[in-house]
Amino acid sequence: MEFIQYFGDVFVPFNFMLLMLGTVGGLILGATPGLSPTMAVALLIPFTFRLEPAQGLILLGAAYTSTVAGGAVSAILLKIPGAPANIATTLDGHTMAKKGQGARALQLSFLASAVGGIFGVFLLIFLTPVLAQWALAFGPSHLFWLAILGVTVIGSLDGGSVVKGLLAGCIGLWLSTIGFDDIMGAQRFIFHDSLAGGINVIPALIGLFAIPQVITMFAKGRSRLDAEVLEVERHPIGDAIREVFGRMRALSIGTITGSIIGLIPGVGGQIAGLVAYDQAKKTSPERDKFGTGHPEGVIAAESANNAMVGPSLVPLLTLSIPGSPTAAVLLGGLLIHGIFPGSDLFDNHPQVAWTFINSMLIGQVLMCIFGLYVAGLAARVAQVPNEVMAAVVLALAVFGSYSVQTSMGDVYVMAALGTGMYFLERFGFSAAPLVLGLILGPIAEANFIQGSMIANATSSVSQYFFTGALNLTLIAIVVLSVGYSVLMELRARRVVTTKDEAVAKEEALS
Amino acid sequence: MTDLPRIQHICASGVVALVGVTVTWVSYTQEPAAAFLFPRLISTVFVVLALWTFGKAILGCSKVGNGLSAEALLRIAPGLLVALVYIFWAAKGLGFYTASTITFFILLSLYDPAPHSELKSWVRRAVITAGFLAVMYGLFAMLLGVFTPREIFF
Repeated sequence: MEFIQYFGDVFVPFNFMLLMLGTVGGLILGATPGLSPTMAVALLIPFTFRLEPAQGLILLGAAYTSTVAGGAVSAILLKIPGAPANIATTLDGHTMAKKGQGARALQLSFLASAVGGIFGVFLLIFLTPVLAQWALAFGPSHLFWLAILGVTVIGSLDGGSVVKGLLAGCIGLWLSTIGFDDIMGAQRFIFHDSLAGGINVIPALIGLFAIPQVITMFAKGRSRLDAEVLEVERHPIGDAIREVFGRMRALSIGTITGSIIGLIPGVGGQIAGLVAYDQAKKTSPERDKFGTGHPEGVIAAESANNAMVGPSLVPLLTLSIPGSPTAAVLLGGLLIHGIFPGSDLFDNHPQVAWTFINSMLIGQVLMCIFGLYVAGLAARVAQVPNEVMAAVVLALAVFGSYSVQTSMGDVYVMAALGTGMYFLERFGFSAAPLVLGLILGPIAEANFIQGSMIANATSSVSQYFFTGALNLTLIAIVVLSVGYSVLMELRARRVVTTKDEAVAKEEALS
Repeated sequence: MTDLPRIQHICASGVVALVGVTVTWVSYTQEPAAAFLFPRLISTVFVVLALWTFGKAILGCSKVGNGLSAEALLRIAPGLLVALVYIFWAAKGLGFYTASTITFFILLSLYDPAPHSELKSWVRRAVITAGFLAVMYGLFAMLLGVFTPREIFF
């Protein structure tokens, strides 16, 4: 119950103001289609340099929480999910809004988000210290395999091709080795002066997440968003509260599904929302009403995607392994303040760790309160034209990456990585494993070198890295995650081929 | 699969394979070997996966990713060119705020669907540009105290 003694820190006026700022800003950014939570958090990092570590994390955590929930606003009122996590919300939320129940859908969405989110943060509170202590038993070989696990899980689960996902992870790991070697001081892959200091994680994150989005907006050309903003009628909040808790099955399915999915590295909010929606539909006696504006669809999807937020930070805060791209960005936010997650965080910086976690708890409540009031405004902001958004994000990316070390080299790296990523994405590569490789590369290398030294002094390298229950368990999970994904990909391909064959046969017959 | 996406897949995976081969070659030829131990480990996996992807693209089996249509490329080209000139030359050559103002205004003009013959739309673009740059100046120069390269005008 250590977290209780740091609760007061959240209510320090400046901290609380940052929390409110992050929450309102996150709701508006989240409602804006094209601005993903990861990108929003990445663009906010430069604004945390001048802040204390806890304050910076409060801002980033609040933005993360509320961008996920804010995405529901445009999903409900515009039929455009603000983030992939809100895809399932669109199915029933927008239909409700079209029936004149927009306010009711928004209220249910924010209330369900808050319930799911609070449950998720409680999981974070109770699981993290236990796992952080358990992580103390990890030696260099285990940490090496954990880092590899982080890259392979996201590489194999994210995107459509396992090989391309793993390849992107390898590219990220390679990028992390650019610069001077820590032990020998040797130059590695420094093909340009800008790379002499290695690739700084923050400009790389900004580039990889923001620049492809800017180019995607360019690709839309001179088009105007023709989405109609549906009017929000008044709806008594008391009725919405009673309805959310009255539909306990959908709420608990969403909350539990989201929490479990959040704990699995690499599986994002999009999956959480869709799986919860599907489960709620299958178990509902009113399953025929799903898709026609059924409140349970909104409740299940929104409670799941916010319940995922807290647990998705468990691997990050305990083992330094970010379980999602947004968690990777938050890790970047921690590292710039010289703080390393894991037991060190809870032993040496408990004030930072607990203030951050507590702020996420309070942030869920604030997100619910503000969400109900700023939804209308957020829907209007969500209609910011493409060209304005592209120019704004580009300028923020340039200024943000420059401000990290006041270096033009960082800006060049940001632009090169971002432009390259846009074209790679067109061919099935994904930014998430690349980012994880870039962030986990130094952890993997440091532990690999340290492990090799220990192995040379005590036993053989193969014995050190490939024996022991924990090593074997981690290796088995790496192999299983890759194997499972390959199997799923083959099965999906077979389904497509069978469908294609059926269509071809039908065409031949006709 | 039509020819254009197939050729695009071959080009994209070819570039990745080329990077993979270069990284592997550098890793195995540079000294001291101890500094390249980890890069050797990664590059070996990297090059195997990259060559596998390249091989699949050549055989026409690369199916994930739709490539880029000529129309999309034409829509992207002007904006990307402006953005790259801004980043690689103008930001340092003209100064951040001057370059950002010019770039912002050009991008709005290029992609705004409002007709270019309307004076009102030009005024709107100018106002949005001025407003945004004022916010950027307030945030970065005044709040964060970021020192940007010297401007041509000040």
